[in-house]
Amino acid sequence: MPTMTLLQAINDSLRTEMRRDNRVILMGEDVGVNGGVFRTTEGLYSEFGPDRVMDTPLSETGIIGAAIGMAVYGLKPVSEIQFADFIYPAFDQIVSELAKFRYRSGGEFPCPVVVRTPYGGGIRGGLYHSQSPEAYFTHTPGLQVVIPSTPYDAKGLLASAIRGEDPVIFMEPKKIYRSVKGDVPDGEYTVPIGPARVVQSGTDLTVFCYGAMVDVCEKAARKIQEEGYSVEIIDLRTLYPLDEETILNSVVKTGRAMVVYEAPKTCGYGAEVAALIAENVIDSLEAPVKRVGGFDTPFPYTLEYVYVPHPVRVYQAMQEVLQYQ
Amino acid sequence: MSEPLLQVMQDDAKKVTLPPGLSEADLKTMYEGMVAIRVYDERSLKLQRSGRIGFCVTSFGEEATQVGTVAALQDIDWIFPSYRQYGVPMYRGVQLEDMASHLYGNKFDLAKGRQMPAHYTFKDKRFVSISSVIGTQIIQAVGCAMAARIKGDNCIAATYFGDGATSSNDFHSGLNFAAVYRAPVLFFLVNNQYAISLPVKKQSGNELLYKRAEGYGVPGIRVDGNDVIAVYQATKEAAERARNGEGPTLLELFTYRAGSHSSSDDPSRYRSQDEMDSWKKKDPIERMKRYMQKLGIWSEAYETEIWESFRERINQFTTAAEEQPEPSWESLFEDVYAQMPASLERQKDQLIARESGLELSNEGEFPL
Ligand SMILES: Cc1ncc(C[n+]2csc(CCOP(=O)(O)OP(=O)(O)O)c2C)c(N)n1
Repeated sequence: MPTMTLLQAINDSLRTEMRRDNRVILMGEDVGVNGGVFRTTEGLYSEFGPDRVMDTPLSETGIIGAAIGMAVYGLKPVSEIQFADFIYPAFDQIVSELAKFRYRSGGEFPCPVVVRTPYGGGIRGGLYHSQSPEAYFTHTPGLQVVIPSTPYDAKGLLASAIRGEDPVIFMEPKKIYRSVKGDVPDGEYTVPIGPARVVQSGTDLTVFCYGAMVDVCEKAARKIQEEGYSVEIIDLRTLYPLDEETILNSVVKTGRAMVVYEAPKTCGYGAEVAALIAENVIDSLEAPVKRVGGFDTPFPYTLEYVYVPHPVRVYQAMQEVLQYQ
Repeated sequence: MSEPLLQVMQDDAKKVTLPPGLSEADLKTMYEGMVAIRVYDERSLKLQRSGRIGFCVTSFGEEATQVGTVAALQDIDWIFPSYRQYGVPMYRGVQLEDMASHLYGNKFDLAKGRQMPAHYTFKDKRFVSISSVIGTQIIQAVGCAMAARIKGDNCIAATYFGDGATSSNDFHSGLNFAAVYRAPVLFFLVNNQYAISLPVKKQSGNELLYKRAEGYGVPGIRVDGNDVIAVYQATKEAAERARNGEGPTLLELFTYRAGSHSSSDDPSRYRSQDEMDSWKKKDPIERMKRYMQKLGIWSEAYETEIWESFRERINQFTTAAEEQPEPSWESLFEDVYAQMPASLERQKDQLIARESGLELSNEGEFPL
């Protein structure tokens, strides 16, 4: 089985799905000749040509709006927004249109558009090349929100997104585009949208995370395990629809929970996980649920390493939750 | 394409005379302004290549679009730039140490280390804080110009943006509002022919971008953006009209992005060496130099003098900036609001109290 980076796995998934189904087309800024600014679409323009790999004008609302029209007609567009920070010009097309097409037409017009976008810190990109806007989209009924953290999942989840019948916001943790490597099967396979992944099982504490934070949590867990604790790490993978069963079962087992994410803490995705736990299994809790997120500020440049949850901050939070009496 | 292009410097002209309204000293000031940008770019690229700053943007080949415009504006005029116009505040005499501090995002950076390099902010030069989000400044400049008119002030606003930005929502709202309200605003459309990898034909069915203006009811003009005097004269005229209440103008400054889009970009993936070489011949600094030679106001000694003195000054400031500490962790929480909300204050206090003793390393490694 070939070993791939996250980036290569995404590229491989796009290529595989485009070969499998000629209705799949890509569009975005610099995705064609240039192969994407991160090279996720490298080689696809030369293989599939300008009708299926489209370099678009600099208009995010155009990239999404046109994809909606194509999907309504019967194509399977995969739109790339170059950085999640630049998705806001298309917010209207995503939130008012893409998410609501099926519902407002009584099911007549499904809109299976996949929106791929790199998100999060990790490249010292400051305010506008680092944001994690996932919660805006999980708050929008009609959208599925998917975030892979391994090459295997990236390929399989993207394939599911492309083959699916509903719109998917597919967010790619750019911090680990090249740093994470793993085995990726040749050819076609899918990983279903929905189920979370147990990264490691444990009995004292459950840590919920996704994207680049999985690696951060694993680092922190290794440290706290030296102190004799047993930590369960769950990679949510799909933020909507959420795998409530896996989350709640794990908390019932461990009795302690925390959520780690890069976005500003307040009203970030961790709030949803914490509320879900409180609503359903509060009696199982032996400590308050803890959120470790970014601070409630825009994303900084020089102090990025202070802002993004760092293994040390996660480790400290683990200590707090584990030692709570 | 055969198209109108306002030009003053004709390369084949044997003899030239001083352009009207400009003195020898003016020409030298403009020339030096362009050289300063070139030196700054060379330096920042070197710092980036050697890993001493994280990122940089350069404006190689686009010096005349900055200097020619700002020289024709007044210091009271407001600027809403993109990331490629730091030559404008340089020309207005901004402190070089402030620019260098921003490259490093250090404690003395006016943006407090919050933005990537090339996102300057200089309120005292009326140079408004820069967003990375393409096009957003265009309509903001129009609002600023409307405000100046409402208040009866004599200043105008100017906004700079690229050919790519003409595809943005805010290009449309900007032109539209400006026309409806006859706002005293200048739109400097810096057509450097690329938006990262994408040529103008990927942005517009009509590559003569200045023609967009007409549809909005705004005068549009196409100027040789590598001819600093043409840029100056066109700006001067348009600015006068705006100041006289005659409304906005769009100036397409036709030029070439001679460098890469940013330090993260490799242009050889999408354009030919021949194309890049052909534009070297039209370099705005070289052209101005030849023009000044013909006027007899240029000498080797002068040339050496200005390059060396800029190099020395810029190196001195970047070296000093490198030694400055990063912004304090407390500063991360400032300026989100006028008054820090209690919840944010708590986040700050927790970080400082519990974690400042621990070393969070830049690499995300576990330092314990
Ligand atoms: C809304 C938005 N979309 C995408 C980007 C990514 N991006 C940064 S610069 C750029 C190209 C801009 O081209 P142009 O407007 O011609 O200006 P130039 O860089 O050539 O000066 C793109 C696509 C962005 N910054 N903002």
